[in-house]
Amino acid sequence: AVMASPMNSDSGWFLALALGVSFIKCLLINAYHSTDFEVHRNWLAVTHSMPVSKWYYEATSEWTLDYPPFFAWFEYGLSHVAAYFDKEMLVVRNLNYASPATVLFQRLSVIVTDVVFIYAIKECCKCLREDKGKELLWKPSFILATLLLWNFGLIIVDHIHFQYNGFLFGVLLLSVARHFQSRHLEGALLFSVLLNLKHIYLYIAPAYGVFLLRCFCFTQSKTDGSVHWKSFSPFRFVVLGSIVLTTFALSFGPFIALGQIPQVLSRLFPFKRGLCHAYWAPNVWALYNIVDKVLSMLGVKLGMLDINKLPKATMTGGLVQEFQHTVLPSVSPLVTLICTLLSILPALFHMWYRPSGGRGFLRCIVICALGSFMFGWHVHEKAILMAILPLSWLAVEHREDARTFLILSTTGHFSLFPLLFTAQELPIKILLMLLFTIFSFTSLKKLFRGRLVSSVEATYLLGLIPLAVICELVYPLTPWHHTLPFIPLLLTSIYCALGVTYSFIRLYISLLTVPSTTSKGKCQ
Amino acid sequence: MDNWSLVSMCVLLGLTTRWAVSFNSYSGASKPPMFGDYEAQRHWQEVAYNLPVHEWYLNTTDNNLSYWGLDYPPLTAYHSLLCAYVAKLINPAWVELHTSRGYESSSHKLFMRTTVLIADILLYIPAVFLYCFYLSNGSSKKKVATALCILLYPGLILIDYGHFQYNNVSLGLALWGVVGLGSGWDLLGSLAFTLALNYKQMELYHSLPFFCYLLGKCIKQGLVGRGLFLLLKISLSVLATFALCWLPFLSEPQQVLQVLHRLFPVARGLFEDKVANTWCSLNVLIKIKTLILTHFCIAFSLALTFLFVLPSSIKLLTKPTMWQFKLALVNSSLAFFLFSFQVHEKSILLPALPVCLLMNELPLMATWFLLVSTFRLRRAFRTVTKICGAVLLARNKSNLSLCDLSLSAVTETALFLPFVQFGISMAAMAVLSTASAALEPPARLPDLFPVLVSIFSCMHFLASLLYFNFVQLTEPPSRRGQKKTN
Repeated sequence: AVMASPMNSDSGWFLALALGVSFIKCLLINAYHSTDFEVHRNWLAVTHSMPVSKWYYEATSEWTLDYPPFFAWFEYGLSHVAAYFDKEMLVVRNLNYASPATVLFQRLSVIVTDVVFIYAIKECCKCLREDKGKELLWKPSFILATLLLWNFGLIIVDHIHFQYNGFLFGVLLLSVARHFQSRHLEGALLFSVLLNLKHIYLYIAPAYGVFLLRCFCFTQSKTDGSVHWKSFSPFRFVVLGSIVLTTFALSFGPFIALGQIPQVLSRLFPFKRGLCHAYWAPNVWALYNIVDKVLSMLGVKLGMLDINKLPKATMTGGLVQEFQHTVLPSVSPLVTLICTLLSILPALFHMWYRPSGGRGFLRCIVICALGSFMFGWHVHEKAILMAILPLSWLAVEHREDARTFLILSTTGHFSLFPLLFTAQELPIKILLMLLFTIFSFTSLKKLFRGRLVSSVEATYLLGLIPLAVICELVYPLTPWHHTLPFIPLLLTSIYCALGVTYSFIRLYISLLTVPSTTSKGKCQ
Repeated sequence: MDNWSLVSMCVLLGLTTRWAVSFNSYSGASKPPMFGDYEAQRHWQEVAYNLPVHEWYLNTTDNNLSYWGLDYPPLTAYHSLLCAYVAKLINPAWVELHTSRGYESSSHKLFMRTTVLIADILLYIPAVFLYCFYLSNGSSKKKVATALCILLYPGLILIDYGHFQYNNVSLGLALWGVVGLGSGWDLLGSLAFTLALNYKQMELYHSLPFFCYLLGKCIKQGLVGRGLFLLLKISLSVLATFALCWLPFLSEPQQVLQVLHRLFPVARGLFEDKVANTWCSLNVLIKIKTLILTHFCIAFSLALTFLFVLPSSIKLLTKPTMWQFKLALVNSSLAFFLFSFQVHEKSILLPALPVCLLMNELPLMATWFLLVSTFRLRRAFRTVTKICGAVLLARNKSNLSLCDLSLSAVTETALFLPFVQFGISMAAMAVLSTASAALEPPARLPDLFPVLVSIFSCMHFLASLLYFNFVQLTEPPSRRGQKKTN
């Protein structure tokens, strides 16, 4: 009757972590949910009630279907289960329908589909280089599992704000894990499926393309790491290509047959929306905007600009629209594309010429994700998670990555605060943020034995505390709260943009300067 | 350094759980005319703020006692007064005399929930950590794990943050009392407990062990000399505290009687609703409530309660150690819960707290008891409770596997407690929960599921009573020596 055998203590902790976080998620069922809740309810209704040919044309609700077809099929599958909870949510005309059964169903669907994420994390932990002698709480696999399972950003975005990122990141991490395990075809299949679930993962498609070409299609490398051109395997290339093409064909096939591709593409890539989201994601363009604003104000003060010629400052008025810069040249989507490509090209070249197996691939993914976040058009602040989650994996293995991770995750997570603006959720976001931050700092410090962040970085991060106090507590009590409601958003965005940019630079520096500790040119 | 981060993470987890539970609805939400406990607490704030002290417990035109009249001792009223002052600053409409009845708004809910959270942060949570760090054995990791388990006890969280009450204040003060006695600060400990008693009269369930422990200690130190001096000190400080709390009411003996009358509503009968105690369960077979006269019932219940409390108290009197004290707390409160009159189902928290304190030494029994007690409360929030219970268990198991289990395992197997029975009990609870949530009861027996749950829990509680009494009275030789045996 002894309760814990050694076997239990080894695998029990993972289950406890997973159940624990699911428990917290269940408690958040009745928390605030954003318009994304209605978005998904609408998609349930549209896919359930309308025939396939109407899915991308349906416009009764303003939240039209703007994810690729596989996600639509996913919603279709969910809608059949939804019918048991509340049939009314599947009626397209029931806009903003949110009965308790609807809320319960939708929340549970996110929690249940997170199973994919949990499984993927388990696979990732298997790929780690373990140190057997360590105590449980400070083992790399334990730390990684906690950093991923209890990731603050993911919990906030998925289980309060409402989205399905958990399961999508599960597919991504599983795909990466498969590449680590040299099961490249599975990895490629998973990524193609992922692209057809949410096209934002195009941000990291270049990394996949270059990696698969370099490490899978070219079967050998020369001793100095450069590519052995003759080892190109057409067979592998064809198999890979066919997997990708089949997936896309399955996904878009029906719409090609119906001749709806232009409409689908216009729904998926709505370019009219403006350089920045209503809340500026903390990227380069946020800094660009603020510099422009400062220069224009200076220009007016110094008499160099005529105030009547300036357009009214409507960019942060909460409306999503195109905006012309006044002093600095305005930025078009093409410019952002070029900037993004320029920012990720060095990393891609580095992976081509000096591949270092799975870890190099992972690093390239992080850089591509972060580069696209920094320079992309109309980036949502939630996209920072695409960089933070894979970086967690690198963080438990390298000291430098741990340092970058701490900076990026803390500022990235803080930049998500404006997503939850209700008073009821304020304690939750602060408590969970503190929990995650304390854990990440102490565990990584313990793992790498010693201080990780420099004093300057620590000061910057500590500066987040007064910033939070100002934005959440002090500002709402001031008279400017009603006249200039966007100031806290602006401050958060700018302050975090500094941290994110710094992390991006650090990632590049560590990529280009650190000598590869694994043998050069290894693709495994 | 490690400790601080682990402790802060535990506190954050505990607070997050509590606040997340508070998102749900409170007792009596949108249910006029009487609403529920939430409205009761708000009403007491209104009464305490607007009426002079000597009218709080009286039935006057301004204070209609049938609408949630004050039925807790004065300290609750003072606490309500404090909250009312804050409420008045934020929004006076919340505590306006008469007009604020049934006031419901999201900001008010936020305010009320925050008052509970603050009480937790100031009283209950520090007491838990002090207890775990100074009065329990094991590595620091084990102490933190125990603290986390205690903090995550679903029963208290659900009642305080879901249903809405302030049990954390009285239980927190009682825990401070335990910590005080355990650390050798008898005076402060008894002071804290007296305050707990003055907050909720249900703490009387715990009073006998406190009394016996302190008396036993005084006797041990010799009834002439130091012991007597200690006894006098404690008695005087207790009396002084009582006097201080009841000061406004001491001017007239009538006042005191009226307050007592409110605190102990003898007229209300043996039990109300479906409580998992013996009377309610017996009532299924023999209709005690209708067959036997009220005062005979009371005498009977009193007799039985004291019968079950006596062995444990005498043992504690003769051997005043912390281990005995904790067990006596469990036994006494459990006996009161099972056999006393007018027991509310929320009173299960009173035995639950000392059982939490036993988690280190008797992990299996403690977890089992706590799960059953939570299961008993599941009527309020079905899904959440079930998951709470399951996760608490998983947590326990993971914590136990993290720590050194061998000693406790030996103790428990020595007391022949097969794991199998525990498993069967868990399975039965799962079945009952799903059945009551998913199935409709047959028309002839509309209360089938609550009654089944009641009887199931009652049997478990009776078994626990016997078990804990057995542990206390036999005190097996292999128990590890408690560090603070004073």
